[in-house]
Amino acid sequence: MRQDHLISAADLSREDIEAVLDHAAEIDANPAAFRQRHAGKVLGLCFFEPSTRTRMSFDTAMKRLGGQTVDMGPVESSSVKKGETLADTVRVVEGYADSLVLRHPSEGAAQMASEFVDVPLINAGDGAGQHPSQTLLDLYTIRENAGLDDLTIGIMGDLKYGRTVHSLAEALTNFDARQHFVSPESLRLPRNVRYDLHASGSQVKEHTELDEVLPQLDVLYVTRIQRERFPDENEYRKVAGEYQIDMETLEAASDDLTIMHPLPRVDEISSDIDETDHAKYFEQAHNGIPVRMALLDILLSQDR
Amino acid sequence: MTENHELRVSKIQNGTVIDHVAGGQALNVLALLGIDGTRGETVSVGMNVPSDRLGRKDIVKVEGRELSQSEVDVLSLIAPAASINIVRDYEVVEKSRVVRPETVSGIISCPNTNCISNADEPIKARFTVLSDGVRCDYCDTIVREDEVAANLDVS
Repeated sequence: MRQDHLISAADLSREDIEAVLDHAAEIDANPAAFRQRHAGKVLGLCFFEPSTRTRMSFDTAMKRLGGQTVDMGPVESSSVKKGETLADTVRVVEGYADSLVLRHPSEGAAQMASEFVDVPLINAGDGAGQHPSQTLLDLYTIRENAGLDDLTIGIMGDLKYGRTVHSLAEALTNFDARQHFVSPESLRLPRNVRYDLHASGSQVKEHTELDEVLPQLDVLYVTRIQRERFPDENEYRKVAGEYQIDMETLEAASDDLTIMHPLPRVDEISSDIDETDHAKYFEQAHNGIPVRMALLDILLSQDR
Repeated sequence: MTENHELRVSKIQNGTVIDHVAGGQALNVLALLGIDGTRGETVSVGMNVPSDRLGRKDIVKVEGRELSQSEVDVLSLIAPAASINIVRDYEVVEKSRVVRPETVSGIISCPNTNCISNADEPIKARFTVLSDGVRCDYCDTIVREDEVAANLDVS
């Protein structure tokens, strides 16, 4: 990778992405060979927002590389509660760790933090901005199941605030992928992502109905529509109900359709789909370990 | 057309004339340049003056101060057609156009209230200049050219 930090998927070239995915496959095939790779090194986990999967998978990935983690714990019991700036917090924690993972509720937090530290910093979600390490494991899952070139993908749900969507859409511009975005009008992709997709010359279409595109999709990436984005409960129910999938929805889909979800889901994918060959969301979550091991190995092995 | 200006805004002896400012932007130009009249300089403003090129234009004359290129380039964001005339002893001795800078810092605030640049952190809002607007270096929010004036942070 050309840079010391991983802040946005827009920073990633096709070569960068393939280097991480290839390395992840190597680790997946023989994890024992990497068991002592980063013994003695410490990863700092700075999560200013709740997280289960991302926090645990970075923690596990570092430990499986032989390293250790330090976690600042919940915000309520940290110095942030006393009014410390993020810039100060990361400058202190970089003294304890060889690399930092940051999740923060404000957009741009990871970019700002990276300007204050010298150790590699990974953006693990900045508000409604980006979540590039999730994108790498999404791409790994897509590559394993459908391939990344000559791909037709549908991305459905909350496209406006969904940071995993923003990162995935930007990263897919490096590949021969036709991207279909399915959402209610009020949750369309934000202006900056549409700007980048347009500038990249990618094949992009926006839809309000899934059935307009479902039969042609190789991959359907479903995201959660969050209740708090709507002024009232009735409006939410009306909209959310239109972006849920069940066995009946899938009658129009290809037999080879891969269904993904960054999780957690609420009710946007009915549980009877879990048992079908379409469901790859748990595999996707598990891929977080080899992919984050690969990412950490690359960032921690760079000459500084 | 020129005669019209002469009637409205008198010639200056020494200083800078900023011409061809988009109609209605003169006060934003002064704000961006940090000129508020408190330092005693003579400032003349013509607003919505008829113009062949712009239809309506504003014109700003600042007596006794020669603005540098880097000072005026920031004006390109709200007045891309502006021309800068340096006047000495009533004669225009230098004429230039504003050039779009690559980045601007501390003069536009990010309209995204959830952007880290609006939090209490030790940074200034910073934008990369695009052909038709600016983009926040922190949260990626794009501010279109016609929205820049509404987001000036020149207090």
